[in-house]
Amino acid sequence: MKEPDVIEGMEVVYRKPQTLTATPMHYCPGCSHGVVHKILMEVVDEMGIQDKTVGVAPVGCSVFAYDYMNVDMQEAAHGRASAVATGIRRVLPDTYVFAYQGDGDLAAIGTGETVHTVNRGENILMVFINNGIYGMTGGQMAPTSLLGMKTSTSPYGREAAVNGYPLRITELLAQLPGAYYVTRQSVHTTAAVRKCKKAIEASFRYQTEKRGTCFIEVVANCPSGWKMTPNEANDWLEKNMFPYYPIGDIKAPKQ
Amino acid sequence: MAQSNGTDVRLMKGNEALAEAALRAGMQAYFGYPITPQSEVMEYLTMHAPEHPGVVILQAESELAAINMVYGAAGAGARVMISSSSPGISLMQEGLSYMTSAQLPALVVNVQRGGPGLGTIQPSQGDYFQAVKGGGHGDYRLIVLAPASVQEMVDFVFDAFRLTEKYRNPAMILADGALGQMMEKVALPPVGSLPRSAAPWATVGKPATRERNIVTSLFIQPERMEQINLQLQAKYRTLEKEEVRCEQLQMEDADFALVAFGLTSRICQKAMELARQKGIRVGLIRPITLYPFPSAVIRKAAGQVEAFVTVEMNAGQMVEDVRLAVDGTRPVHFTGRMGGMIPTPEEILAKIEAVVAEPSLQHA
Repeated sequence: MKEPDVIEGMEVVYRKPQTLTATPMHYCPGCSHGVVHKILMEVVDEMGIQDKTVGVAPVGCSVFAYDYMNVDMQEAAHGRASAVATGIRRVLPDTYVFAYQGDGDLAAIGTGETVHTVNRGENILMVFINNGIYGMTGGQMAPTSLLGMKTSTSPYGREAAVNGYPLRITELLAQLPGAYYVTRQSVHTTAAVRKCKKAIEASFRYQTEKRGTCFIEVVANCPSGWKMTPNEANDWLEKNMFPYYPIGDIKAPKQ
Repeated sequence: MAQSNGTDVRLMKGNEALAEAALRAGMQAYFGYPITPQSEVMEYLTMHAPEHPGVVILQAESELAAINMVYGAAGAGARVMISSSSPGISLMQEGLSYMTSAQLPALVVNVQRGGPGLGTIQPSQGDYFQAVKGGGHGDYRLIVLAPASVQEMVDFVFDAFRLTEKYRNPAMILADGALGQMMEKVALPPVGSLPRSAAPWATVGKPATRERNIVTSLFIQPERMEQINLQLQAKYRTLEKEEVRCEQLQMEDADFALVAFGLTSRICQKAMELARQKGIRVGLIRPITLYPFPSAVIRKAAGQVEAFVTVEMNAGQMVEDVRLAVDGTRPVHFTGRMGGMIPTPEEILAKIEAVVAEPSLQHA
């Protein structure tokens, strides 16, 4: 079948994944969400598992993830995505299940569900977008906001004495025996996107082995919430987020 | 255990009978969190699940997580049950609001205990408002069935699964600590006697042949959200027309009507007997579905009786619905106990006698 928009005599070397819908994304320019959505769906495409995949969307900027991902999806209440994913995976044990959550969702209101889902070793993939801010509600302080970080609810900067410390929940989760693969990635450069996609691929493969929870933190930007241009946001990410949230595998299965 | 005519007759505790009924009704998944006085439900299920291969029984880390696991499993098309007692049910209200909006079927069992707060572990009917008026945020209802015997703890599991799946709205069995703990003879229906209709809306993985399925309660455009609300309200009007259930005892010649649900209706039967021995012609109206409420039956009875006496194990909650149905045409009195106390037949009789002496006097 001839692809639409393909120029006669030209070869297609790259295209939007088939499991990504044609709906224009509502994300701000430069936002990490769109990139993570795309590589998630690329993996679903490449593995040919659209008919065996169920996703769970969170509350937050990616609340409309199901508008873009052409797989069966459920919208969870704030913080409860991993509990919903547990319910799905338990009754559909041969399905690939992923939950997609932001930092407020996963590491504040949903901490209990997060810890216990991983501790049970639910055979799901948890994707954790950490941009240190509540994006959708207008840039409030998140559990992962850095010390000194100015947000709409920490206008003078986050203070440890008042707000506690930025929560490295991924390191915490890696301690749990139920965690099978725990990694921290980013998508701010082409190389980083490739690595992050590899982590997603591995996580989907591990699901079939039923060895435990796969958890991918994506240290992400929020140009609008951080009040920066996309390039400034990516620079700020490297300079400020990476030292506190270092990139790399935290717990990887022995190969 | 006795087998007669293929029916399995046993002496069982209410909580255990309900759990056994759920397994026989083809429940595919149960999520829960321990709380007195209903912990036997999950204990029984975990003990007997191996007899039903493939059934998922999972103890969650909280009622909050449990109800959201129910959301996920129901959205994936499974026949799901959850049970708890009053404080735990309060924690589930967010999930129930989401499930009604997402139009997910599930059976929720509330074995009520006395409140408010941590309260007591003794039986109560204090969650009537929460159960029948919505409970969580937004305009919605649960389908609410109120059993009055261990047999109905069994039968209503089947009825509630049928209703929740037919209407794609969560259904609740509103029991109490006494019904959960007491033992009675029960006849158990055979395994697999409740067929499951297809759930083409469920998220099970999208084949190439259909659009993706989305289970959500988010409809950000107000025009769309209003449409969803109108759909829900149409569903509730159908329920009110088609699914009302009510039992009437000795109403044929009654001059006074007792109105009571669940355990209290059993006590009212004794009070009715005592009143009739004294020559007072008392009947009993027992709402079986608390939502939809049998307003028409009560309205009709208002044309016959001199006054109503509503009896509840709370401060007077269903009495408001009785008064709405009667609409001022007859006095509606109330008597009840709270905080885990159970009214005695003699207390109810004393109230009946006071009302007979002055039927129009609205007691505080």
